[in-house]
Amino acid sequence: MPEHRLKALTPLAQARPVITTVGRITIAENPDVALASLAQRRGREADFTQRAEALLGFALPAPGHAVQGGDWGAIWTGPGQWFLEAPFASHEDIAAMVKNAVTDAGSVTEQTDAWVRFDVTGRNATEMFERLSAIDIHRMQAGQATRSLIEHLGCYVICREAGSRYSVLGMRSAAASLHHALVQAAEAVA
Amino acid sequence: MTANQMSGEMNAVFTPSDSQGSQKTTVNRLAGGQIDRSRRLRFTFDGKGYLAHPGDTLASALLANGVRLMGRSFKYHRPRGVISSGSEEPNALVELRSGARREPNTRATVIEMFDGLEATSQNRWPSLSFDAMGVNDLLSPFFAAGFYYKTFMWPKAFWEKLYEPIIRRAAGLGSLSMEADPDAYDKGFLHCDLLVVGAGPSGLAAALTAGRSGARVILADEDFRLGGRLNAETLAVGDQSGADWAAATVAELASMPNVRLMTRTTIIGAFDHGIYGALERVSDHLAVTPKGKVRQTLWRIYSKRALVCAGAIERPIAFVNNDRPGIMMAGALRAYANRWAATPGHRVAVFTNNDDGLRTVADLRAKGVQIAAVIDSRPDAPALSGVEHLRGAMVIDAKGRLGLSSIVVRTASGDTRTIPCDALGVSGGWNPNVGLTCHHRSRPVWNDGIAAFVPGNDLPAGMTVAGAAVGHLTTAAALRTGAEGAAAALADIGHSAALPDLPRAEDDAPRLTPLWYVPHKKGRAWVDPQNDVTVKDVKLAHQEGYRSVEHLKRYTTLGMATDQGKTSNVTGLAVMAAMTGQTIQQTGTTIYRPPYTPVPIAAFAGRSAKEDFRPKRLTPSHKWATEQGAVFVEVGMWMRAQWFPKPGETTWRQSVDREVLATRGSVGICDVTTLGKIDVQGTDAAEFLNRIYANPFAKLGVGKVRYGIMLREDGMVMDDGTAARLAEDHFVVTTTTANAVGVYRHMEYCRQCLWPDMDVQLISTTEAWAQFSVAGPNARKLLQKIVDQDISNEALPYMGCAEVTVMGGLRARIFRISFSGELAYEIAVPTRYGDGLIRAMADAAKEFGGVVYGTEALGVMRIEKGHAAGNELNGTTTALNLGMAGMVNKKKDAIGSTLSEREGLNQPDALNLVGFRPVSKDALMSAGSHFINAGAEANAANDQGYMTSVAWSPNLGHYVGLGFLKNGANRKGERLRAVCPVKDLETEVEVVSAHFIDPEGERLRA
Repeated sequence: MPEHRLKALTPLAQARPVITTVGRITIAENPDVALASLAQRRGREADFTQRAEALLGFALPAPGHAVQGGDWGAIWTGPGQWFLEAPFASHEDIAAMVKNAVTDAGSVTEQTDAWVRFDVTGRNATEMFERLSAIDIHRMQAGQATRSLIEHLGCYVICREAGSRYSVLGMRSAAASLHHALVQAAEAVA
Repeated sequence: MTANQMSGEMNAVFTPSDSQGSQKTTVNRLAGGQIDRSRRLRFTFDGKGYLAHPGDTLASALLANGVRLMGRSFKYHRPRGVISSGSEEPNALVELRSGARREPNTRATVIEMFDGLEATSQNRWPSLSFDAMGVNDLLSPFFAAGFYYKTFMWPKAFWEKLYEPIIRRAAGLGSLSMEADPDAYDKGFLHCDLLVVGAGPSGLAAALTAGRSGARVILADEDFRLGGRLNAETLAVGDQSGADWAAATVAELASMPNVRLMTRTTIIGAFDHGIYGALERVSDHLAVTPKGKVRQTLWRIYSKRALVCAGAIERPIAFVNNDRPGIMMAGALRAYANRWAATPGHRVAVFTNNDDGLRTVADLRAKGVQIAAVIDSRPDAPALSGVEHLRGAMVIDAKGRLGLSSIVVRTASGDTRTIPCDALGVSGGWNPNVGLTCHHRSRPVWNDGIAAFVPGNDLPAGMTVAGAAVGHLTTAAALRTGAEGAAAALADIGHSAALPDLPRAEDDAPRLTPLWYVPHKKGRAWVDPQNDVTVKDVKLAHQEGYRSVEHLKRYTTLGMATDQGKTSNVTGLAVMAAMTGQTIQQTGTTIYRPPYTPVPIAAFAGRSAKEDFRPKRLTPSHKWATEQGAVFVEVGMWMRAQWFPKPGETTWRQSVDREVLATRGSVGICDVTTLGKIDVQGTDAAEFLNRIYANPFAKLGVGKVRYGIMLREDGMVMDDGTAARLAEDHFVVTTTTANAVGVYRHMEYCRQCLWPDMDVQLISTTEAWAQFSVAGPNARKLLQKIVDQDISNEALPYMGCAEVTVMGGLRARIFRISFSGELAYEIAVPTRYGDGLIRAMADAAKEFGGVVYGTEALGVMRIEKGHAAGNELNGTTTALNLGMAGMVNKKKDAIGSTLSEREGLNQPDALNLVGFRPVSKDALMSAGSHFINAGAEANAANDQGYMTSVAWSPNLGHYVGLGFLKNGANRKGERLRAVCPVKDLETEVEVVSAHFIDPEGERLRA
């Protein structure tokens, strides 16, 4: 954690993460995860894969999937592109850490504050997502990830546990609108 | 029960005197039915209180209470009662609820009863039983089809001001509350292997077959009770009544986790790729939508296959005065008697051309209702015993203005008889409900066996049809084809389903002799009661040459009302066919389109309404700006601070002038996070930008920033911005706020489609960094208090960039670029620290008398400096127009550079961006004005160009403007007229340099 004199705000512009419980569903703002995008350089696929996997300790996930292992998580986000996640407290400078690992075989961009992450838990979370996204949420298995429009915004939805635990990544600037949409959908099924 | 006991139960809308009337509740209430008699619900109709039971609809409750008159017709204000028992109802339209929740044109047949329901009849004044506009009926000879077209032609000016308002007042249905809708609406998305549309016998059998096989099934029905006609008939299914079998089947389906039962849900349309629209009425059956809940949900159902089990709709036979209250469909009479234990009267006649109509006779008799007579148009019909069965007879007239009192019958022998009765059930046969099957323009085909249209062969992909909807009008056939249809649909997607053991059921072949209308010379026989179209209107259309069905529809308005002609279209076609001598098949049908039944616009909007119309993007300094009382403006989805009013400032100009003067005089800070930021990396990143930008980028040094313009392929300027080179293989491109998405999309297109061999990776970082512009002569002094490293002119010269730290170690980026023309920087930190940074900088600025400024001051300063923005980069301008022709590098190929050389874009009189100032210092100028040479007439032929941006310059003390002028670069000093006819403004202006402030650019290099 760098030493400096600036205080951080969460995407919902609060000092501490906002946790909202509606009925059996909990929507928790999670700013404690650092994110970096990792893209493979053309012609360097072998080096890229070897170096990325050495850093992560697991194989990069296939399209439509997300993997967790130790401190690291990886989400497939496009051809040759992944988002890597790690605890913010220990990995705030995640982009530099990843770049050091893959060096010239990959392109790395800090994405931590580009996104708001809401962790949605609850047995009827699927009913809530039916009202938010065209994803076939009932068929989504743990370790699957996809991109979908929610509240007109391009979001990533990652299934952590089928039927009950999901993460939604949406554009940070629209965090309040996205949160509002999630809460309304939760209320509709509460 | 005593009156006291009664009144003790009544609520405010139900007065004790009404309670006397409530004794009548039982007047038309029969035994049995699927209503909960243990509970009583109170409702009002036109302010009068009535009692009903759970399970009732408004229509069934009104009938049970002896109310036959429910509305007035659209054009002639004819007294009307309910005709049907389903969503096809054309007549019994009411205004439901009151206040902001008042909903006009609601069909009484589908309004589920709840305690406290309020309904009002519509299109009448002063009351339903005496309607002054009923005079229209006496004037009916003047109101035949085409009347408006012929009569209100002349004079033209009278149409909007006189005729239309009068017609709209006289004709029409319910009225809007004119208040905002207080309810919320959801949209949602569902997925299934098989969507079953309709939960009658075929739909239930289909869902059972598919559900037991393990397939994902959605069974949707518009009714609140599943079972369709099984609930309306007394026909046995196996050893049970149809209703009991339906209930048992629904119970089994409800226990299956792979089956989703959707009651109160109408499939409104068949769309592409197996997608169906469905409107679920979530709370319409409740007095008040529960807090947090929605009134309705519009579902988008993604189905692999769909089986339409939508049943059939009974059709009337047209005869003179067939719209009297009390005349209704024979099947509806049965439904009211069997399901709702209600009857419109106790002496009922039946008029039929088929055996199904005779079921009404048996069912009503079983309920103790007296049958006045059975008028059967078929001379050869099987004779009924125990009732007067007039075979070969027809109903030729009906009496009773506010409610049926008798019918006039012409018997087979030609005698005329008047038969007293208070209700008449009419059956002209059943029309398969083909609507959904035609949503992709399939045309239904005629089936002589049932004298009706059935679905054609060219159905929407993935759709099949079963049961009555495909013309199988018996219960046994409905069950069988439903089960088989489900198994076949699933087999089509590789899923096997065993057919269930289906119960025995009625399988009598329907016998029918077509009869569409009873010939008549006088009087009016109604084909489309909702739009008041008669047999004569159809004949008139034919007579006047409107013989195509599409012309018939438009000329007469047949089928154009809210019911979309569900009960009337085929009859209208049959009348037209009789006129032309063609078959009904040859006559054809009009196009069926979604939605199947009316859908509130609010449901289409869903949550995207009012302040939630679209999401808002908030800048990192939003919280701070709100605390400062900033006035915000919506820019795209962003909420940007427009200006920051200070105490004592009464107009926006005062705030903006202060912000501009303070910035140019000392230092100003502005949140510029909204500008698009695109991270470009890869070994070919420099070459990639070289092809994207019209000006060269390959040799830009690391740690340097360059301004660039991007062209479209057609040579027009697409966007401008800067690119900063952070490393040999790493750039950050900035775009304008408005074009951030478009430029990113364009770059991805180029990367993926045009040059897939380049090693380039792109990702947006707009949101990741909070970025602020710090501008003014004291910008460096202020920033040096924030940035940990040296940012002197030597360390960070103009157009330099660096990765630095701020406030004692936070990673940050600094770019020395200027939009205002002042010494300026942009400083970026990770977004979560943006709030902290604006607070730290605003604090530090106090020492210098600095300000935080909004988008208005930003705009003023860029106009003063002559920098182009969205007003100038308007999609029709070239680099040459913008005075940047030299930036389009001829030594390399970049997107748009070739077509920018088109001859037409390079004429000597091409528009050039120049500055304008008013000749009289106090004069007003207006963006949008066109330039006209002195002495020339102000018209398009003399147009010399147009003003794009205007601002009051507090530095110069007059308005300054930017605009495009023909050959403007060579016309400095010339005087022109800036003419704005829209604002009725004309100003004499002088052509000047676009750079009003510091034209040599000394400040920004300081």
